[in-house]
Amino acid sequence: MMKLLKFLFLGIVFGIVMTKSEAVSWFRIQEMFRFQSFHMYGIIGTAVTLGVLGVALIKRFKIRDFQGNPIVFYPKEKSFIRYIFGGIIFGLGWALSGSCPGPMVVNIGYGFFALIIVFLFAIFGTFIYGVIKDKLPH
Amino acid sequence: MNDFITQTWSWWFSGIVISAIMFFLIYFGQSFGFSSNLRTICAASGVGKKIKFFDFNWKSQIWNIMFLLGAIIGGFIAKQFLSNDVPVEISTATIQDLSKLHIAAPTTLQPVELFSWNAVLSIKGFLILAFGGFFVGFGSRYAGGCTSGHAISGLSDLQMPSLIAVIGFFIGGLLMTHFIFPLIF
Repeated sequence: MMKLLKFLFLGIVFGIVMTKSEAVSWFRIQEMFRFQSFHMYGIIGTAVTLGVLGVALIKRFKIRDFQGNPIVFYPKEKSFIRYIFGGIIFGLGWALSGSCPGPMVVNIGYGFFALIIVFLFAIFGTFIYGVIKDKLPH
Repeated sequence: MNDFITQTWSWWFSGIVISAIMFFLIYFGQSFGFSSNLRTICAASGVGKKIKFFDFNWKSQIWNIMFLLGAIIGGFIAKQFLSNDVPVEISTATIQDLSKLHIAAPTTLQPVELFSWNAVLSIKGFLILAFGGFFVGFGSRYAGGCTSGHAISGLSDLQMPSLIAVIGFFIGGLLMTHFIFPLIF
């Protein structure tokens, strides 16, 4: 249990910072898709810039995890179709609901219970993908 | 000090914390990818017996479910203790664009036109939430990740698949915002 608590704590920090920087707001997602503010690009851009630097350092200095195991980054499967099709479908939903999966549950905690419906249908969407997966082009 | 906490936090602070969360997850032997939880929840419900995609050792993903529960608690804490509930400070250009779609300027974090009980209980309002969620859930698994898994984790590792997925996210988001919204709002 104790070893799981650190993940709960990280989730709490995630929920707080996503709320306080308004990244969980439908309005902010609209502003992003209309290119009318730097705010969301600043958040994602800062995270990715530091991410690129950090990942490069981990690889360069072969930094190990807390148990002393090597940190491995697995290359994602090479494809184009699944990423572009899946990405477009995801983007339609992201703009419509103003939420990706993380912000959905943060919003529920905040008290916007309408997002429970969004989240349940997101689970349903994942379920349907699992059902028809083999019929889709990847 | 109190004002500093209750006002909107800056983009750079948010970006730093999000990348720090990713690195803590990596340091703890895991990775940052939120939408995997949707698959885990399906698997935990037992559908793996019938559908191969959900037949995996979902118990190995409980750490991520803990992260999800933490995110809910984080949203609650932010609202109850760290918020002055000011309207989201979006640009005036966005406010003007949205008013043409009959969506009023922010009074809080989310638009009442989409997330109030009145909206939820109308057929159109319900369908918007349902389709929004469905597309996110279906698309994230088809693409193999969401904003955290592809846009943050994947791009940090300079992975081409993630770049393709993020371009897809934007094609979809721009289509919805600029071509479909005028039809439905």
